[in-house]
Amino acid sequence: MSVLEIQDLRVDFPSRKSTFTAVDGVNLTLEAGKILGVVGESGAGKSTVGNAVIGLLQEPGFIASGEVRLHGQTINTLSEADKRKLRGRKIGMIFQDPLTSLDPLQTIESQLVETIVTHLPLSSREAQKRAVELLDSVGIPDPEARIKQYPHQFSGGMRQRVVIALALCAEPELVIADEPTTALDVSIQAQILELMKKLCTERNVAMLVITHDMGVIAEITDHVAVMYHGKLVEYGETAQVLGAPTHEYTKSLISAVPRPDIRVERFPSVNYIEASEKPTRNIDISTHWLGQSRDYAKISGPLLKVNDLQMKFETKGSIFASRREYFHAVKKVSFDIQEGETFGLVGESGSGKSTIARLITGLYTASGGSIMFGDTELTSLKNPRQVLAMRRQMQMIFQDPFSSLNARMRVRDIVAEPIKFHKLASSGSEVRQIVSDLLDHVGLGTAAGEKFPHEFSGGQRQRISIARALATRPRFLICDEPTSALDVSIQAQILNLLKDLQQELGLTMLFISHDLAVIRQMCTRVGVMRHGELCEVSQCEALFDAPQHEYTKDLLSLMPSMDLLSRADL
Amino acid sequence: MLGFTIRRLLQAMIVMLVVALLSFTLFRFVGDPVNQMVGVDTSIADREALRERLGLNDPMPVQFWRFISNAVQLDFGTSYQFKQPVSDLFARRIPATLELSFMSAIFALAVGVPMGIYAGLNRESAISKLFLSLSLIGISLPTFFIGILLIFLFSVTLQWLPSFGRGDVVQIGSWWTTGLLTVSGLKALVLPSITLGLYQMTLIMRLIRAEMLEVIRTDYIKFARARGLPDRIVHFRHALKNTLVPVVTITGLQLGSIIAFATITETVFQWPGMGLMFLQAVQEVDIPIMAAYLMLTAFLFVAINFCVDILYFFIDPRLRVGR
Repeated sequence: MSVLEIQDLRVDFPSRKSTFTAVDGVNLTLEAGKILGVVGESGAGKSTVGNAVIGLLQEPGFIASGEVRLHGQTINTLSEADKRKLRGRKIGMIFQDPLTSLDPLQTIESQLVETIVTHLPLSSREAQKRAVELLDSVGIPDPEARIKQYPHQFSGGMRQRVVIALALCAEPELVIADEPTTALDVSIQAQILELMKKLCTERNVAMLVITHDMGVIAEITDHVAVMYHGKLVEYGETAQVLGAPTHEYTKSLISAVPRPDIRVERFPSVNYIEASEKPTRNIDISTHWLGQSRDYAKISGPLLKVNDLQMKFETKGSIFASRREYFHAVKKVSFDIQEGETFGLVGESGSGKSTIARLITGLYTASGGSIMFGDTELTSLKNPRQVLAMRRQMQMIFQDPFSSLNARMRVRDIVAEPIKFHKLASSGSEVRQIVSDLLDHVGLGTAAGEKFPHEFSGGQRQRISIARALATRPRFLICDEPTSALDVSIQAQILNLLKDLQQELGLTMLFISHDLAVIRQMCTRVGVMRHGELCEVSQCEALFDAPQHEYTKDLLSLMPSMDLLSRADL
Repeated sequence: MLGFTIRRLLQAMIVMLVVALLSFTLFRFVGDPVNQMVGVDTSIADREALRERLGLNDPMPVQFWRFISNAVQLDFGTSYQFKQPVSDLFARRIPATLELSFMSAIFALAVGVPMGIYAGLNRESAISKLFLSLSLIGISLPTFFIGILLIFLFSVTLQWLPSFGRGDVVQIGSWWTTGLLTVSGLKALVLPSITLGLYQMTLIMRLIRAEMLEVIRTDYIKFARARGLPDRIVHFRHALKNTLVPVVTITGLQLGSIIAFATITETVFQWPGMGLMFLQAVQEVDIPIMAAYLMLTAFLFVAINFCVDILYFFIDPRLRVGR
C-alpha cells in the first residue's frame, strides 16, 4: 500500500471578496523509500500541498474537497488533536531556512528530547541517548558535546542537519521537505541532498520534496509533479518528465533553467509564462537621449582595474590597536575588466563578492589597494564633485527587488530621481519623456510610472531597478545577484533584458552571482572567489570546460547534474 | 561577561556622578541655603559665620567633593523643615513606598502577562478584544482620576476598603515597617497598588500581545508545531520565552518609574511614603530632601537597569557565549 495518497485535493483560501483556490484537483501517490518532487514557481501552490498533508494550512485556508490518506487511512478529516499526534510521529517536516527553524533560546538537546518524549514512551535519559544517536546518524561530528550547544553555534548546513534529525525523531513514515536546500550554498546543498537520499533508503522513509529548483529535482527525486497555478500539469517518473516533457508549461519551464553545461545566446522566449511583456515601443538607442552624448573619454586599457584590493571589518573593538580583531572580507584581490565585457564574480556566501561591488561603488571605503576606473584612481578621490561624476558612470542593481525600491515613491519619481540629481536633462518635460521611454524600453510600459512599487511583482520590480540604473547613462553596471530572488522563468526574461541592453548601449558589466549556471550564460570572463581571495580568473568557456583551481573543480562537481533535462529547445 | 559587567558598572557610576552634580547645583543655585536656615533677624556677621561653618565659602570642587563623599555615606544634610537628618526621614518613609511599588509591580505582572499571552494566542476572540479596549482605558485615564474613581466606588459607596493611609503596620528590625502582616494593612494596599499598577499592567499586556503575535509567525514555532509538540510546550517553552527580552527591558524600566513616580498615587491616597514627603518638600523649598530624592531615584533607575542588563544573559544564550 502506498504511504501517501492524495486524491482530488482542493485547498481554498476564502477572503472577504472572493475565494482563492490555491490547490485544485491534485492527485499524487508516494511509496515507501521513494522521493517525490513537487516543482513549480512561486504561487503554484506546491507548499500548500505540503501544508495540507501535515495539517498546518495557514489561516484561513482549508481543504475544500478531496482526501489525504496515510497508509490508507484518511487523515484530513481527523480532529485537531489526532492530527497533532500524527505530526512528528508519522509525518515529519523539514523547512527552508535552517537559520530560523530552531528556537534560538533552547539547546539542541532540549529541542530533540522534548520531541522524542512527546512521541515515544521513553524516559528522558533514554531520549537523550537517542538524541545523540540521531545527531550522529545525520552526520554531526562529536554529537555528545555538540548536543549541549545552542543553534547559533552551528553553521547553516549543520543546522539543517539538526532540523533533519528533529524531523526524524520519532521514525516518521513520511517526510515533507519544503525547499530544504534553497537557503544553502551549493557545496552544503550537495551534502544535504546526499544525506536526505541516504536516510530515505536506509530508513525506508517516503519523502515529498517541494522545490523550485530543477537541479534538486533532477538530483534526488524518483517521481516528479509539476504544478502551475494550483493545478498538476504533469506527473511521472523524473527522467521521463524532465527528458521528454509533454505539457507546454513543463517545456517552457525547463527551457528557462540556466544550464551549467551549455551556453545559450538568449533564453528562448516562453510565452506560456505570464508577465513576459515585450517592449511596447522600440526606441532607437543611437539617436535617443539614452545613447546620445555618452561623452566618456576614450581610454586605453581596461575600464576597471582593481589592484591588491583589501577590506577588513573590525569584529572586536579595543582602544589598543594591537588588541583589535578583524575579519578580512577581501584579501589582496586584483582583476581588471575590459570595456564592453561582462565580468563574472562567483563564490559561496561570505566569499567577499558583494563586498567588492560595494568597494567599487564607494559604499565601503577600502582598507588597502587601488581601484582604477579609466584613468581615475577611485580610492583617493576627495573632491565631492569628482566623486559624483564617477558615481554617475557606475550604477548598481541589487538582489532584493522588494527592499531596493522606496515604497513611498511613485515609479516615475524613482526613475527620474537620478536624472534630476545629476542634472542630466534640461527641462521637466524632457525628464518625463526620458522616464517614459525608459519604462517602455525595459518592458513595463509608460503607465507603470504612475504606480507604486508594491503593485508590481518581483520580476517587474527588478525591471524598475534596471530602468533606474540606466537613468544616469552609466557606462559600467554592477549587478549583485540580480535574479536570485526570482523564479526561473522571470530570471530568464531579466537575463535576456540585461544582455540586450548591454549590446545596445555597449555597457560594461560586473555580474555577481552564486549560481554558476547563470554566470555561464552571462559572462565573458569569470573570477572565482573563496574566503575573500580570488582563486581563479579565466575565460568563461575555459572555466567550465577545464577548471584549473581545485576549488573551482569542487564547485563544478557539486552542481546538481542537469543531464536529465531535455534539450528540445536547442 | 565580566568585561561587560565592569563596563556597565562604570557607565552607572558616570550617570550617578552627573546626577550628583545636578543635585549639588540645586543646593547652590535654588535660593540661598543660609537664608532658608536662619530667621530674618540674624545679623550679617552671624550669617557669615554660619556660611563659613557650612563650608559655603570653599571653592566649588571642594564643596562638590564634600557633597559626594557625604552622599556615599548616605548623609544628605539636615532637612530645613523638620530639622532632622534627611537620611533618617527617608529611612522612615522608604518601606511604605517600596511596599506599594512592589505590590503594584506584582499586580501589573500577574494580571498583565496572562492577559497578554491570551490576547496574543487568541487574536480574534471576543475576550481579547475586550482586553484591548479595557487596556485603552487604562492607558488613557490619568492616574489620579483612576485613584479618585476607585475611592469613590470602593471606599465611599461600597465602604469595603480604606481610602487613605497604610492601616496598621508591624515593625520589623530597627527601621522597616510593613503593612503586609495585618488585615487592615493589606486592605489599605489594594486600592493604591491597583491605581499605581494599572498603567504598567496595560503596557505589559499590550507588549506581550504584540511580541507573541510576532513570535507565533516565526519558522521555529511552525517547526515546533510540525513536530507535533503539544500547544502547551509550543506556547510557553518556545513562544513565551522568546518574547521575554523586550518584556524584561520594559518591565525593568517601568518598575523604576513606579517607584519614582508613586508621588501622585501617594498624594491621592495620603500614603506616608517618599513621594508625599517629596511633594511637601517642594512646597516648603526643602532642598536637602529634594536633592536626596533626586539621587535616590536616579540610583534606583541605574540599579534596576543594571539588573535588567545582567538578566539578558540568563535569557538569551546568544549573548552568553559571544562570537
